[in-house]
Amino acid sequence: MAWVDTVLQGLLLGGLYALFATGLSLIFGVMRIVNLAHGDFSILAAFGAVALVDALGWNPLLALAAVVPAMALAGWLLQRVVLNRLLGQGILPPVLVTFGLSIVIQNALLEAFSADSRRLDPGGLDTASLALGAGLAVGWFSLVTLLVAVAVLVGLQLFIGRTRLGRALRASADDPGTAALMGIDDRRLYALAMAVSLGIVAVAGIFLGVRTTFSFSSGPDRLLFAFEAVIIGGLGSLWGTLVGGCILGVAQTTGARLSPGWGILTGHLVFLAVLLLRPHGLFARPRRSD
Amino acid sequence: MAPVAVERGTRASRAGAAAAAVALAALLTLPLWGGAASMRQLVEIIALLVLAQMWNLLAGYAGLISIGQQAYVGLGGYTLVVLADDLGVDPFVSVALAGAVAALLALPTAALVFRFQGAYFAVGTWAVAEVYRLGVANTGALGRGTGRTLKAVFPLARETRELVTYFVAVALGVAALVGVYAFLRSRFGLGLMAVRDSASAADTLGVDVFRTQLAVYVLAAFGTGATGALVYLNLLRVSPDAAFSINWTAAAIFIVVIGGLGTLEGPVIGTAVYFTLRETLGDYGSWYMILLGALAVGAMLVYPRGLWGLVADRWDVRLFPLERRVVSRG
Repeated sequence: MAWVDTVLQGLLLGGLYALFATGLSLIFGVMRIVNLAHGDFSILAAFGAVALVDALGWNPLLALAAVVPAMALAGWLLQRVVLNRLLGQGILPPVLVTFGLSIVIQNALLEAFSADSRRLDPGGLDTASLALGAGLAVGWFSLVTLLVAVAVLVGLQLFIGRTRLGRALRASADDPGTAALMGIDDRRLYALAMAVSLGIVAVAGIFLGVRTTFSFSSGPDRLLFAFEAVIIGGLGSLWGTLVGGCILGVAQTTGARLSPGWGILTGHLVFLAVLLLRPHGLFARPRRSD
Repeated sequence: MAPVAVERGTRASRAGAAAAAVALAALLTLPLWGGAASMRQLVEIIALLVLAQMWNLLAGYAGLISIGQQAYVGLGGYTLVVLADDLGVDPFVSVALAGAVAALLALPTAALVFRFQGAYFAVGTWAVAEVYRLGVANTGALGRGTGRTLKAVFPLARETRELVTYFVAVALGVAALVGVYAFLRSRFGLGLMAVRDSASAADTLGVDVFRTQLAVYVLAAFGTGATGALVYLNLLRVSPDAAFSINWTAAAIFIVVIGGLGTLEGPVIGTAVYFTLRETLGDYGSWYMILLGALAVGAMLVYPRGLWGLVADRWDVRLFPLERRVVSRG
């Protein structure tokens, strides 16, 4: 039964990883760039919630209402003011600029909040659990996280698949030149995509902070887990991202059960194994070559 | 019609060669007129310069943006300890051997990371570097999370050790700069830059894209691994979190971006800027990293060719020219 529990916890952890991965996947799908500060923005959001909790005594889940729009605005500005200026210069400038931002955010957080580990306390929700019988129990909060991840994926799929803006996004991702000829303003779309990406990763960062402790340097690991979930699931597949997150989560909890130091390493090794055996991931959509 | 000639050397490049000769003479005689402290500092400066030049070779000439070069710093450092302490190899010879081991390990690593294209290559190399860090941190023989101390140099007098370490550093620095220059001026280097500018066009002209990029990746691993061994020959204590730290790659990136990506002079200028900033602002800890990061972001936005690019474009000088130009002898 202990092993069933390990797998169950891993699957639930996968919900959190899917939340981290969704925004990364969206940005790559639309612009072919990777935001190397993606994980650091999630930790920035978690510290934003810490500041609101400390200053105003808010519940961290209430802080979502303030932090998520703020991060979405930050994403919009990041794209408008910085990244849009680098369009058409290849992938090197955006990769290096977001890497520089990652180092700046980490050190700014270190300066503002010290090197101490922090945690967000949502007032009992983090410890409450649902008994499934046979000695198994799942935490309410993990379950909520997974449901939120599913809701975000459904919402994003409806947005991309059914709305006018979503259609413009797909057109621009497939062929920016032709899309622009049809009157699509790709710079505005990219800013919108980055706003959505950072809004989602803000939710992920605050949920992470409720689940476990975090510090100024927790960002890069989040980026790597998100990246691995995307690659395991397959590029361009939203639901693959959820499956990839769950596989990574189960690999980590299983590894940690074998030996406490092996959790994250096992996750990385499963990622490398998938990369060797299925280089395009498990659910990759066939796409034009580029 | 005025007679024309094709040449590579210019007045600036002859001045560059002369300046390089003066700098080398100063470095070789430093133990006679400088103190032990300046020798230790120079070992550090040379290590940073070689790291930066290797990263520049990858990103600036081969178009391979690796965020995982810390893997080879760590592997080089640990190889030094294992060779010198466990296998009884001379610690100074081990620096070169550590480069060879890093290059050897770069082959299976490349088999994985070369599956990624473009931006994903960056994150992929980072993930693989984490695998190396966690693998070392979980290996009992390598001291797990606490790491190991280099004991093989304990019998040597401190002065001897510092002097030999210094000359190993100078040799590594010269080999890296001359090696990269010679490599880029060769037929191979020409193919390399063609691949960077357009992989498909280079392919149609008969350049083997995969083999060219693989050769550069392995060469950069050699230089980075030897540098890692040099760093820990100087520090004497290696631990997984420090040796496999992303900060090694961050330093290399900031140096190259500020100095001038894709130029041989850029990393030299960038290392000077980096070291000056560190000496003046090092006490401010995280503010110093914030400033460096902001400088690199600013350079990328405003002048992506860096400080040397600014100079080269303004006055049309190349100290170490790679391109040939047509000149009129009329």
